[in-house]
Amino acid sequence: MSQKILIVDDEPNIVISLEFLMKREGFEVAVAADGEAALRMVESERPDLVLLDVMLPKRNGFEVCQQIRGNPKLSGVKIIMLTAKGRDTEVAKGMALGADGYMTKPFSTRELVDKVKATLDIARA
Amino acid sequence: MIARGSLTAQRLAGVFLLGWALFNYPFLYLFNRAETVAGIPMLYAYVFAVWAALIGMMAWVIERRRDKP
Amino acid sequence: MLQGWVIVVCSIAYLGVLFAIAWVGDKRADQGRSIIANPYIYALSLAVYCTTWTYYGSVGRAASTGIGFLPIYIGPTLIAALWLFVMLKIIRITKTHRITSIADFIASRYGKSQLLGGLVTVVAVVGVVPYISLQLKAVSNSFTILLHYPDIVMPAHSAAVPVLQDNTLYIALILATFTILFGTRHLDATERHEGMVAAIAFESLVKLVAFVAVGAFVTFGIYDGFGDIFERAARVPRLAALMTFENDAAHYGSWTSLTLLAMLSVTLLPRQFQIGVVENVNENHLRKAIWLFPLYLIVINLFVLPIALGGLLRFPDGGVDADTFVLTLPMAHRNELLALFVYIGGLSAGTGMIIVETIALSTMVCNDLVMPGLLRQRWWPLHRERDLSGLLLGIRRGAIVAILLLGYTYFRAAGEAYALVGIGLISFAAVAQFAPALIGGMFWKGGTRRGAVAGIVAGFAVWLYTLLLPSFAKSGWLPAAFLHSGVFGIELLEPQRLFGLSGMDETTHSLFWSLAANIGAYLWVSLARRGDVVETSQATLFVDVFRHTQAQVSTQFWRGSAQVGDLLPLIGRFLGPARARAAFERYARAHGADSLDDLHADADLVHFAESLLAGAIGAASARVMVSSVVKEEPLGMDEVMNILDEASQVRAYSRQVEQKSRELEIASRDLREANERMRELDRLKDDFVSSVTHELRTPLTSIRAFSEILLEDPRTELAERKRFLGIISAESQRLTRLVNQVLDMAKIESGKVDWQNTEIDLRVVIEQSAAATQALFRDRKVALSLELPDEVPLVCADRDRLIQVMLNLLSNAVKFVEPATGWVRVRLSGAGDMLRVDVEDNGPGIRAEDQARVFEKFRQGGDALTSKPQGTGLGLPISRQIVEHFGGRMWVESEPGRGATFSFTLPVCGPARAGAQ
Repeated sequence: MSQKILIVDDEPNIVISLEFLMKREGFEVAVAADGEAALRMVESERPDLVLLDVMLPKRNGFEVCQQIRGNPKLSGVKIIMLTAKGRDTEVAKGMALGADGYMTKPFSTRELVDKVKATLDIARA
Repeated sequence: MIARGSLTAQRLAGVFLLGWALFNYPFLYLFNRAETVAGIPMLYAYVFAVWAALIGMMAWVIERRRDKP
Repeated sequence: MLQGWVIVVCSIAYLGVLFAIAWVGDKRADQGRSIIANPYIYALSLAVYCTTWTYYGSVGRAASTGIGFLPIYIGPTLIAALWLFVMLKIIRITKTHRITSIADFIASRYGKSQLLGGLVTVVAVVGVVPYISLQLKAVSNSFTILLHYPDIVMPAHSAAVPVLQDNTLYIALILATFTILFGTRHLDATERHEGMVAAIAFESLVKLVAFVAVGAFVTFGIYDGFGDIFERAARVPRLAALMTFENDAAHYGSWTSLTLLAMLSVTLLPRQFQIGVVENVNENHLRKAIWLFPLYLIVINLFVLPIALGGLLRFPDGGVDADTFVLTLPMAHRNELLALFVYIGGLSAGTGMIIVETIALSTMVCNDLVMPGLLRQRWWPLHRERDLSGLLLGIRRGAIVAILLLGYTYFRAAGEAYALVGIGLISFAAVAQFAPALIGGMFWKGGTRRGAVAGIVAGFAVWLYTLLLPSFAKSGWLPAAFLHSGVFGIELLEPQRLFGLSGMDETTHSLFWSLAANIGAYLWVSLARRGDVVETSQATLFVDVFRHTQAQVSTQFWRGSAQVGDLLPLIGRFLGPARARAAFERYARAHGADSLDDLHADADLVHFAESLLAGAIGAASARVMVSSVVKEEPLGMDEVMNILDEASQVRAYSRQVEQKSRELEIASRDLREANERMRELDRLKDDFVSSVTHELRTPLTSIRAFSEILLEDPRTELAERKRFLGIISAESQRLTRLVNQVLDMAKIESGKVDWQNTEIDLRVVIEQSAAATQALFRDRKVALSLELPDEVPLVCADRDRLIQVMLNLLSNAVKFVEPATGWVRVRLSGAGDMLRVDVEDNGPGIRAEDQARVFEKFRQGGDALTSKPQGTGLGLPISRQIVEHFGGRMWVESEPGRGATFSFTLPVCGPARAGAQ
C-alpha cells in the first residue's frame, strides 16, 4: 500500500510542483490550501506525512503542527515543515512543536524527496 | 562664600579669639613691667609683637590656599 | 624760608593732583577699565580710618597715656579677623538691596522705615560733625604753625580771629568745593565713586609715607634709634611712667572698651561704611584687605610713641602742644622740606576724611532726611517734575556745604575746649549706637523696627547726656554745675557718674550706659511685639542673604500689578530718562525680552525698579515712590509668616522634591515610550524584511521546483512541459513586479521619489487607466463603467503616480470579482475643494476587521486558495502613500458579500499652489 502525503500550501503553483514530485515518487497525494482544511484532512485522510507550509491563511503551520501532535490518534503522522522565512527561530519553533523535518523555500526537489523518504523510512524501521 | 571659605573664616575667628585674649587682662598684666627687651619697653614690645604676629597669622590663613580666588 | 604763598600753592597743587587722580579714576570706570578693582587699592582706601586724629592726635594721646592710644588700631585689627562673618554679609546685603549708606541699611532692614533712616542720619550727623570740625581744626592749625616757620608758635584761640579772616573757613569752603566735585559730579545709580576711591587710596599712601618719614627722622635722625629714645625717656620719671600701665582695673577696662569701640567704629562710621561697603567693587577684595588693612595700621603706629617721647624730650616745658609734635619736631630741627611734606600728609588725612565723610553724610541727609520729607509734602508739586535728578544732586551739594559749615561752626564754638582725641572718641561712641540694630538685624530675624528705634533713641539719649553735654559743659556752654550735680541736682543723675558708677573714664562710662540702654531697649521692645509684614520679610532677606537667591525671595513677598509705562518714567525722573531707559533695556535683554514693550511688569521688574531707585534716593523713599505707581495687594501677616516659617520652607522644599520626582517620572515614562516606539519600529522593519524575504522566496520556490523537474526529467509530456514553463514565466513576472514595488515603496518611504507636480485633469487619468486595463477586464469578462462629470477642476499631482494608483485599484477590483457576473464602477465627483474617486466592485467584500489592514504592507485580502490574489501586498500601501503625499486621503468601505468601494480624494489646485509652479 502506497503511503499518503498531505500537501498544505496556499500557493497554487507550489502545490502543483509538490503534487507532481510526490506522485512521481509513487505517493498518494492530498491537498489542503489553509490551516483548517489541513486539520480536517489529516483526520479524514490519515496521511503518513504532511508537507506543511508555515504561512497559511486561517491557521498557520505551527498551530496545525501543534494540533496534530496534541492528538494521540494522529501520533504516527510525520510532519515536514516548509517555510519561506528561513530564520533560525522559525526552524527551532517548528522542531520544538514536534515537526520531524524542516525545509526552507526555495528547496531543492531532490533534497525534498530524499527528506520525505528518509522520514518515512525511519518510521518504518 | 561663607560656606566655601568656612574653614578660613573659622581659622580667622580663632585668630580673633587669640588676639582678644592676648590684648587683655591678664596677659597684658604679665608684660606690664618697667623692663626693657633689647632697649624697648617690654609692654610696648609685647603689644607690637603680638600685633605683628596676628597680622602674620591672618595673612597666612588667607593666602595659604585659595581654592577659588 | 617757607612763605605763605608756597604753602598755599603746595596745598592747592596737592588737591589738584587728587582731583586729577579722581578724574582719571572716573574716566576709567566709565570705560569699564577700573583702576580701583584690586584688593590693594581697597585696603588702602579703608585707611581713610586714619584721619588727622591719628596723624596728629595719636602722638598727643601717646604723650599723655603711653600706649593707651593703641586700642583704636588694635580693635580694627581684631575685627578684621571676623570680616568674613560680618563685613562680607554687610557687603552682600548692600549689593543685593542697592543700599547707599548705613542709614539706608538700617532703615531697609527694618521694613524700609523712613523714621529709622532719618533717626540714624540725625545721630550720624550729630555724632560726626564734631569729628569733621576736628579735621578742619587740624588742617587749619598745621597751616598756621607752618606759616610761622622757623618759629614754633601755637595758633591763637580761633575765637579771637574774625570769621572772615579765619583761614579755617576758607579751608572748609575749598574742601566743600572739592567734595562736590569728587562726590556729586553725576548721580550714579550704584552710588559708587571710583575716582574718589582712587584719590583716597592715594591719600592713604601719602599720609603713611609722610608719617613714616617723620617717624624715621625723629627716631634715627634726631635720636639714635628706638633704644636711644626709650633709654633717654626712661631717665625722665614722667616719661618713664608712659612705658607701662597703671595696674588698676580702670585702665584695663578703658583699654578693653576702647578696643571694642574701635571695632564697632571701623564698621559703623559713615565714611568706613561708604568706603568699605558701598564702594566695594568685589567681595573678594575683602579677603586680602583682612590682613593688608591691619598691616597699614601697625606701620602707621610704629613711630607714634617714639615721636611722642622725642617731642616731650625736645619740648619739656609743655609750651608746645603734643598734638603738633609731628609737625613741630621737623620744624625745630630746621627741616623745612620734611615739615612741608608732613603738612601735606596731614592735609591728606584731613581732606580724605572730610571728603568721604561728607559724601556719606550728604547721601544720608538727601536720601533719608530730605527726600522722604519732600515726598511727604502734598503742597510741593514733586509729581509734576519731569526730571528730578538735578534736584537730587542739588540737595546733596547743599548738604555737603551745610555739613562742612556746620563743622566749621562747631569748630568756632568748641574752640580749644577739648583735645583732639576727646572729640574722636565722642564720635566713635555715637556711631557705636548703630551696632545693636545693625549687627542684631543681620543675624537675628526677631529684631523689629520699634525695637531698633527704641534702642537707637535710648542709646543716643544716654550718649548725649553722658558724653556730648558734658563736653559742652567743659567748653563752658553749660553751667559747670551740670557736670557735678546732673539735672535737677539729683546726684544719681550725675552725667559722668550715672547712678553712682565711677572708676571709669568718661568714654567707657558713656559706652557702657549707652550700649546697655540701647541693647536693652532693642531686645525688650523687639520681643514685646512682633514686627509687621514688611519688616518681617526684610528681616529674612537680610539674615538669610547667603541662603536665598535675591530674585527668588524678594519677589516672593510681593504681589500686585504694575505697568512698565508707569515705572519707567518714575525711575527716569530720579535717574534721568536716558539712564533709566538704558537700565530697563539691560533688564529686558537679561530677561529675554526683545524690547521694553515686551517687558512684563511682574514682581521681578517692580523689585528691579525699586532697587534701581533705592540706589539714588534710598530704600525707604524708593519704596514710597514705587508704591505710588504700583497697585500692591498687601500680603497678610499669615502669608508672610507662612513664607518665613521654617516648616513651610521645608514644605516648599519637599514640594519641590515632589515636583522634581514627578518630572523625572514623566521624563522616564517618555523615554520608555520612545524606546518602545523604537523597538516597535525596529520590529516593523524586521517584519518588513522578513515579509519581503517570504514574498521573494515564494515565486522562487515554484520557479526552482519546476526548473528542476524539467531538468531532471526530459521526457515530460509536451503539454505538461508547456504548463510548467508557463508557471515559471508567470512566477518570474511576479518576482519582477515584486522587486519593482519593493524598490518603489522604499523610495517613497525614504522620501527619494522625484515627484512631478503638474496640473492634471483626473478624468484623463481615469480614462487612460481604464484603457490600460481594458484587456484584463475583457479576459475576465468583467464590466467596467466610468461616471465622469463634464468638467472638473484640475488637481496638482504626478500624472504617472496617479495612473499607478488607478491601475492598482482597477486590477485589484477585477481580480476579486467573479468572472462574468462581476462589474466595476469608477465614479469621479467634486466636493468643495476636493475631488473624489470611487472604485466600486461587487466582489466578496472585505471584513470590517480587515479593512484597515489591507493598507498595511503584505496584508493581502482574500483567504482561500481560490481567491489567492496574484498581488504583492504592496499595491494598496503604495497607493495610499501617493495619495497622501498630494494632500489626499484613501480608504475602503465594504460590506462582506456585497462588494467593496475603494475611494480617495485629492485637493483641487488652489491659486497659491498653481502660482507656486
